[in-house]
Amino acid sequence: MATFPEFISQNEERDGVRFSWNVWPSSRLEATRMVVPVAALFTPLREQPDLPPIQYEPVLCSRATCRAVLNPMCQVDYRAKLWACNFCYQRNQFPPTYAGISEVNQPAELLPQFSTIEYVVQRGPQMPLIFLYVVDTCMEDEDLQALKESLQMSLSLLPPTALVGLITFGRMVQVHELGCEGISKSYVFRGTKDLSAKQLQEMLGLTKPSASQGARGQQAQQQPLSNRFLQPVQKIDMNLTDLLGELQRDPWPVTQGKRPLRSLGVAMSIAVGLLECTFPNTGARIMTFIGGPATQGPGMVVGDELKTPIRSWHDIEKDNAKYMKKATKHYEALASRSSANGHIMDIYACALDQTGLLEMKCCCNHTGGYMVMADSFNTSLFKQTFQRVFTKDVQGSFKMAFAATLEIKTSREIKVSGAIGPCVSLNAKGPCVSENEVGTGGTCQWKMCGLDQSTTLALYFEVVNQHNAPIPQGGRGSLQFVTQYQHSSGQKRIRVTTTARNWADAQTQIQQIAASFDQEAAAILMARLAVQRAESEEGPDVLRWLDRQLIRLCQKFGDYHKDDPNSFRFSETFSLYPQFMFHLRRSPFLQVFNNSPDESSSYRHQFLRHDLTQALIMVQPVLYAYSFSGPPEPVLLDSSSILPDRILLMDTFFQILIYHGEMVAQWRKAGYQDMPEYENFRHLLQAPVDDAQELLHTRFPMPRYIDTEHGGSQARFLLSKVNPSQTHNNMYTWGQESGAPILTDDVSLQVFMDHLKKLAVSSAA
Amino acid sequence: MSQQGYVATPPYSQAQAGMGAYPAGSNQHMYGHYGGPPQASFPPPAGSMKSPVSSSTPGMPPPPNHYNPNGQQNGSHPQSYPGAPAAPGAPAAPGAPAAPGAPAGYGHPLQSQYPSMGQQAPPPAKQLTNQMGAMNLGNYAPGPMQSPPTASPIAPQPFQPTPHPAMGQPPGPLGPHHPWGAGQCLVLQWQDLTCLVWACPTLDHLPQDPGASSSLVPDPIAQQATPRNQVSLGARWQGPDGRAQMAGGQMAGPQPGFPGAFPGPGMAGPPQKKLDPDSIPSPTQVIEDDQAKWGGQLYATNVRGQVPPLVTTDFTVQDQGNASPRFMRCTTSCLPCTADLAKQCQVPLAVIIKPFASLPENETPLYVVNHGETGPIRCNRCKAYMCPFMQFLDGGRRYQCGFCSCVNEVPVFYFQHLDHMGRRMDFYERPELSLGSYEFAATLDYCKNNKLANPPAYIFMIDVSFTNIKSGLVKLVCDELKTLLDNLPREDGAESSAVRVGFVTYNKILHFYNVKSSLAQPQMMVVSDTVEMFVPLLDGFLVSYPESRAVIHNLLEQIPDMFADTNESETVFAPVVQAGLEALKAAESSGKLFIFHSSIPTAEAPGKLKNRDDKKLINTDKEKTLFHPVKGLYEQLTKECVAQGCSVDLFLFPSQYLDLATMGHVPAHTGGSVYKYSNFQVETDGEHFLRDLRKDVEKSMGFDAIMRVRTSTGFRATDFLGAVYMSNTTDVEMAAVDCDKAVTVELKHDDALSEETGAFLQCALLYTTVGGQRRLRVHNLSLNCSAQLPELFKSCETDSLINFFAKTAYRAVLNQPLKSVKEILVSQTAHMLACYRKNCASPSAASQ
Repeated sequence: MATFPEFISQNEERDGVRFSWNVWPSSRLEATRMVVPVAALFTPLREQPDLPPIQYEPVLCSRATCRAVLNPMCQVDYRAKLWACNFCYQRNQFPPTYAGISEVNQPAELLPQFSTIEYVVQRGPQMPLIFLYVVDTCMEDEDLQALKESLQMSLSLLPPTALVGLITFGRMVQVHELGCEGISKSYVFRGTKDLSAKQLQEMLGLTKPSASQGARGQQAQQQPLSNRFLQPVQKIDMNLTDLLGELQRDPWPVTQGKRPLRSLGVAMSIAVGLLECTFPNTGARIMTFIGGPATQGPGMVVGDELKTPIRSWHDIEKDNAKYMKKATKHYEALASRSSANGHIMDIYACALDQTGLLEMKCCCNHTGGYMVMADSFNTSLFKQTFQRVFTKDVQGSFKMAFAATLEIKTSREIKVSGAIGPCVSLNAKGPCVSENEVGTGGTCQWKMCGLDQSTTLALYFEVVNQHNAPIPQGGRGSLQFVTQYQHSSGQKRIRVTTTARNWADAQTQIQQIAASFDQEAAAILMARLAVQRAESEEGPDVLRWLDRQLIRLCQKFGDYHKDDPNSFRFSETFSLYPQFMFHLRRSPFLQVFNNSPDESSSYRHQFLRHDLTQALIMVQPVLYAYSFSGPPEPVLLDSSSILPDRILLMDTFFQILIYHGEMVAQWRKAGYQDMPEYENFRHLLQAPVDDAQELLHTRFPMPRYIDTEHGGSQARFLLSKVNPSQTHNNMYTWGQESGAPILTDDVSLQVFMDHLKKLAVSSAA
Repeated sequence: MSQQGYVATPPYSQAQAGMGAYPAGSNQHMYGHYGGPPQASFPPPAGSMKSPVSSSTPGMPPPPNHYNPNGQQNGSHPQSYPGAPAAPGAPAAPGAPAAPGAPAGYGHPLQSQYPSMGQQAPPPAKQLTNQMGAMNLGNYAPGPMQSPPTASPIAPQPFQPTPHPAMGQPPGPLGPHHPWGAGQCLVLQWQDLTCLVWACPTLDHLPQDPGASSSLVPDPIAQQATPRNQVSLGARWQGPDGRAQMAGGQMAGPQPGFPGAFPGPGMAGPPQKKLDPDSIPSPTQVIEDDQAKWGGQLYATNVRGQVPPLVTTDFTVQDQGNASPRFMRCTTSCLPCTADLAKQCQVPLAVIIKPFASLPENETPLYVVNHGETGPIRCNRCKAYMCPFMQFLDGGRRYQCGFCSCVNEVPVFYFQHLDHMGRRMDFYERPELSLGSYEFAATLDYCKNNKLANPPAYIFMIDVSFTNIKSGLVKLVCDELKTLLDNLPREDGAESSAVRVGFVTYNKILHFYNVKSSLAQPQMMVVSDTVEMFVPLLDGFLVSYPESRAVIHNLLEQIPDMFADTNESETVFAPVVQAGLEALKAAESSGKLFIFHSSIPTAEAPGKLKNRDDKKLINTDKEKTLFHPVKGLYEQLTKECVAQGCSVDLFLFPSQYLDLATMGHVPAHTGGSVYKYSNFQVETDGEHFLRDLRKDVEKSMGFDAIMRVRTSTGFRATDFLGAVYMSNTTDVEMAAVDCDKAVTVELKHDDALSEETGAFLQCALLYTTVGGQRRLRVHNLSLNCSAQLPELFKSCETDSLINFFAKTAYRAVLNQPLKSVKEILVSQTAHMLACYRKNCASPSAASQ
């Protein structure tokens, strides 16, 4: 372990964990003075090719309140066949099967490189995967056609045993019975009336297998796990393909000046209810495809009169969005029902206008579902994104996991205060639960109905050790993350990550702590807190809070003379942090200007679930420059980087943008690239395109791909992102030559930093 | 055609033959079952009658407990009622054989019914009442329908048998339960004359019905029986039903003379026995005479106030300015001039209008007059339509309305010069000037929401609960529909029917079917939310049969199989009607629902009914509650159906109590019909049912109709009886009206009428044709007025009178105890006859 950066990346590689501090202050008081809390970004299912799942069950600490899993950090007495739990110090006997262990014959979970290990649990039935399509039929024929094709395509990607179901909706909601001969049957429901699961069960004629299911246990479980509405793909493949093929636009007439009546709220409620009464506590995906906002019934977000537009941020601020609260409540209720049963809710919203994602966001956010926003089902953005949902790994199983629970064990000195990410609380109290809640707190267990390899939770901890009870030298704080989930192969798996960090006395070893600062992780962890706040608080308040935190951090760790801004220095481990904050303040996660509520919800949704690297890109887009003067190089996200003879490639995560500088654009227009003698120009043009393709192929969801040039209308995406170092206010003083001025009144990074320094060194603060 | 009326009875007389088999005739459907049983028992033993008669006659006031007698008499068949309802189909085992005894049974109950009467009411009255029932039998039955040839031979029989044969008969097949009876009553309301005949009897029964099987059913017979008792007296009257009374007159000479033949009606009173049976006019004779006079003849309607031939007579009408009697008949074609006179004679003034009566082949269908954009020409003041009663003045520039006397300008485009007689030159070119009945093409102003009407739709709603599947009904219906749908009614001259069809099956949930022609296979859409019914689809539910034939056949093929192994026995009803209604609303059209239903709707849903067949109420003041529909939902439903022009026809296949009083409420007010086949079995009742169904599907209809009766000054229409809905006092709303439905309109004086000008009636019916066109059908009738009672009595039509009495009595049953209804009926008849005797009859006939 040479340097902290290496340590950090190694830890991330192995365990999928990044901490804001890699050496922890040893007392509560000191910890609070660190400004940035001790927290971690944890990616439970981070792809780890060299992690073979082991085929037995984990060994647990025998103390009822602990139940931690045997791990490499435990002290083992090979002779006595005992091990000491590193969380509660309980001494445990090894189970009989471990009789043969010795220093040279260690089980995998004791090997240091397996601080993260995955167990395959054999007990319990293999559950099938369940996919329930909920399809809007109120859309243009062209869109519907594209959607139908995508859906039909997806059938071929599903494993043959997966169960599928189909619900379509427009003015009415239809639950289709699959596999009927001779006649196609569906149950129809009014789009204006919500139904409880029980009512639904009666109306669909679904009686539970038998009341004595519990008693019969195994036997009842053995029954074919399907019913008339959810059947194995292999059985109803043709039938469903035909059914999809025959889907028609909602036949109810839509008069001019009206929106089609779309019973989205009820349709989702029925989907949730259907799974709730047939497959509770089993992984399942409800995939909802919508072509517009819900316009009737519970969950409606806008009336059917076209003359009243759907709510904007302006309306919301003015408290003028009359359907919003009620709809949000409806979808929250659905989300909690769905997550209680371990079912994922995906929303694929393809429409030019808003579709109510703001109200529905909790459905995706709480259940770990995807939220995809596109202009039309007939775009590659939707098609490829949807296809990528079904990507498979080398073993041929989907890269998604279902119905996971994450449990955290902590050593005594530290407790967990909460999580921010796509999860819901399981309300499990325990000794490691802190009284201070952050995000989804008050528990040490969370449910994540759906997760994939990049799903990342931000976990916040609290050091509870009292200042006057110093931790003995060499003591380490340990954390264990136990993730139980349903693998897409149907297996139940448990992944255990155990990690530990050194304690340090903040008064004597502040340098050490400062050096262990992971500014990238810290930025994202703070950003998640900020976004979380932004959901409920006014924008300016959040920004002010963020600024105050930044100033305090500078005061704490900066090197300066009081009241002398010019003397301010920041060590390398902190140097990028203010810049991240600067871009975060400008990001769509905290700024709603120019974004619709739906867009904001969608951006925030993505930000709250992706891993550190991707989140960083979202906060501070990456900019590459391609020019004749050298190989492609990353350049500052600054207006000064926009030069006439450069091609820029910007990756904001949501957009991949290629920007041709003024001169390059002229050359291209003149057709130089087609002339053999200017082949190098052709190569130059091609290079960013190739790179962009590569990014497009790996990213989920698919970003919007934009190819523009100097003066092009879409160049605005670039101009709104770069640091406005040159604006119409100061460009003349900067000389004519470099960069392109941005017409904005926003402060530039320079101004921001100047103010920051001034405030940080101010003795008044 | 003549005796058709009788026909009704005949089948019975033929007892052995087929009880089940009705004369294909028409209207009998409903009654089938009821009537059925009795028939069975009906003994032909005509001859024997007389003697028994005498014995049992008047004197014998049956002990309060009528049944006892039965018991005793029957001896061998102590009240073994063969399953009442089953009767028709059922070999009526008991019936036939028992025949001889039969009459007795009936006889008894009868008497018992009127026990009190004997003492209280003037004897004559009593008899009259009885007759009433019988009367109807006679004339009207066959009414309009010129059907079965069977008639004549049989006709006579009924009568003779009358004398009631042996008493001991088990009332057997009789009286199912009350409720059903109630159902029957309903029917009354809306059937036309013919039907009435059948229905009438019911009145009597209803009342008695009590647990006692008593005479519920036996009606027809019962009445007949009665006469016997009254012996001669009755006989006369009853004769051919009331007809007889006037009949006498008619027979004798044309309208005029009532030959003294008329026995001073019942006046004879007690001394009945002394009457000479031979001098009693025979109803058969009356009918035959009328038939002889008019049979096959041309009856021109050019004379004001002429008395038309009997309904039993087969004649040809030539419309010459007054509506054919097939469309309108009055209780008397000569109105009393003053209200006092009307009160004095006690003859109710009413007109029975059957706007859609079917016309025989040889009569011209109604002409359609199209005035284009302007629409029909109407009086500015009273809004009466242009008709033969309008007087053109001023060289043809103006016309005076015959109804309100308002003088109107003739529109320019309509101007025509007058000829030397003051008639317009184009008199014969314009149906509205020269004919009593014709139609106008309606303009947008006459359409709902100012939108052209859509062709109506027929929705077949089949109960696929366990009972219907098991009885084979579902399969029967589905198979039949495959061919039947080719015969949907069509506009005259149209190549195919414009009527669209839709299908629903249900038990406690509903299944709608998408049978769009473009589909490879039908789609089923299940709606289990019966609390708030809605229609799950728009496109593809109502389709044109020829276009979607393949899909529909496919569906009809599959329905019986799909539910073959159902074990659902609960059903819903109100949501089914609601569903049909919603479908029509969504399609913005009028239409008709054919509901094939099996059992009382007990499933948890709106309109759930419970068994309220409380036998304890029978014969008490609360008895009427049994006939009343359950309040609330069904009434609301009725209202909505009428507003949408949704008619409901119910085919019921119950095996137990059904609360028909409630379920029948909707059909009763939407121009629908109720058909009931108790304990349905395909083998025995199948053909009967199919025949009813075919007729019901094929018959010509008008939808979403609204009728208005206008009269000339001095009198007006005050009350309307029939399968109609009234939201105000003048507009008669009918969701649908078919060729068998009639509305009885009561007329009252406002003022004195003038003998010279007479009285005019104009019935205008705005409706949608089966082709989806909006039309106005106008029937005009002119009547005489007279201050002379003999004139009045001469012009009376018994058929119509009975119709009126029956309908009013039915209505009364719902509000008063049966006993008082009966009393009122008796006393009114007595008054009427007394008045006749006092003013018209020759004194000599005292003894008669």
